[in-house]
Amino acid sequence: MCGIVGLFLKNPELQNKLGILTAQMLKTMTERGPDSAGFAVYGGKLHGRTKITVRGVTDALRADVEAKILSLADGATFSHRCDHLVIVCLTDVAPAIREMVQSYGQGLAIASSGDSIELYKGVGLPEEVASRFGLADMSGTHAIGHTRMATESAVTTAGAHPFSTGPDQCLVHNGSLSNHNTLRRQLVREGLKFETENDSEVAAGYLSWRLSQGEKLDGALTASLSDLDGFYTFVVGTRDGFAVLRDPVACKPAVMVETDDYVAFASEYRAFADLPGIENATVFEPEPQRVYHWEHAA
Amino acid sequence: MSEALFNHQTVDLRKSTIRDLNTVLQSEDVTGSWEVRHPDGRHSIAVGLTAPIDVTIEGQVGYYACGMNQRANLTIKGNAGPGVAENMMSGSVHVEGNASMAAGATGHGGLLVIDGDAGARCGISMKGIDIVVRGSVGHMSGFMAQSGALVVCGDAGEALGDSLYEAKIFVRGEVKSLGADCEEKTMTEEDLDILRNILEKSGITEYDATTFRRYGSGRRLYNFHVDNASAY
Repeated sequence: MCGIVGLFLKNPELQNKLGILTAQMLKTMTERGPDSAGFAVYGGKLHGRTKITVRGVTDALRADVEAKILSLADGATFSHRCDHLVIVCLTDVAPAIREMVQSYGQGLAIASSGDSIELYKGVGLPEEVASRFGLADMSGTHAIGHTRMATESAVTTAGAHPFSTGPDQCLVHNGSLSNHNTLRRQLVREGLKFETENDSEVAAGYLSWRLSQGEKLDGALTASLSDLDGFYTFVVGTRDGFAVLRDPVACKPAVMVETDDYVAFASEYRAFADLPGIENATVFEPEPQRVYHWEHAA
Repeated sequence: MSEALFNHQTVDLRKSTIRDLNTVLQSEDVTGSWEVRHPDGRHSIAVGLTAPIDVTIEGQVGYYACGMNQRANLTIKGNAGPGVAENMMSGSVHVEGNASMAAGATGHGGLLVIDGDAGARCGISMKGIDIVVRGSVGHMSGFMAQSGALVVCGDAGEALGDSLYEAKIFVRGEVKSLGADCEEKTMTEEDLDILRNILEKSGITEYDATTFRRYGSGRRLYNFHVDNASAY
């Protein structure tokens, strides 16, 4: 069991409430996943610059990490929330920063990178994780969150969702995949690198690989119906929107709501209870094997 | 349970817990009609009732709402989550919106009416309950259904009535596919009487029983076939 929430805002006036609404939804899904939680928040688009979220940057390491980044990327800017450091730098120096972080050791890891995504996750009750990173104060265009009850791999920050395996991409998963080891080996041969033994990371990697081959998100998701074996409800975030897919058996719950102001996804209806105007909204259950996709105009 | 709850017959779930609500509704001397406000998608609302009371739930409910019902008549003025009215023995449950997966699962008796659509596995392993869905049902509905009737006024998804026993399935619209050992049957006069009776008690007057098709078990699967004895 796990809990998933997603909120895609159509009405720009709600953007400064994205964090608080997502935090409330995440907290409601605690019973579905009390061991760890995470969320990706999308907001704004950078031109010629890249935003990198690095996790594991403790107070003791921060000064050194920032100095090393500045030596590679003059003019890079930093903001930090707990042990997650968000770096904004010129896009052409981003690969050097990634390389530095990956070779730094001491628990540093790239959480996400892209034009718009920031990604935070950690071990603990969802409410604690959300308050640790100050989710309630965040604003943006859309957000995806996950509360985890681990089944396939360890309860660690790296094993928490979302998983980001491509630029501005992230995936959250409720379910369990049965062919993830085979698929991971195939994807490794294609040049992908995986950080964990987690099945959901393989699903994220699979989609990133498809997208890197030039496929569109809905096409990549449709292909996953034949290549991924197991139970899943996926919510996938991209720079401009999010998508939902359920496996053919559809035993993992999913409910959606669409109003003039937003589209929201959750594992259970009760996560919607605090959304504005929910009393009169159209609530529906996404059908199995059908890709649902919402995007902001680019 | 407080005196006030007994007297007022209204329970607001933003002020009371689910446990408080179910305790009062399950008590031996409960009578009359009850209103449950602000369900907000909570789970296990109004379960295990045994008294012939009327309960109206004003909004959306979560998992297993109105489960294990005996004799009570319950109305949900909204959508229902997974397993609504599961294992009902008698009485009735009326969902005015849509229902999620496994609606009416394993029910032994009583009547479940869903005004909207029902999700996957509607009536899974039903054992005597009558289920009427004004809209459509999802895949694997009527899976291993043993007794009772599943009436679908709209369409049915994939693998309808898979591994069916002796429940009767009536569908007015399209059936995407039939499950293993489920087949279309000739509608007999007896079937029409059963269907007319169910439509009538569900308050459905707009559809004539003759516009439905009837599905049942091919009976090739649920008994052990002696030709397979050598496999053991």
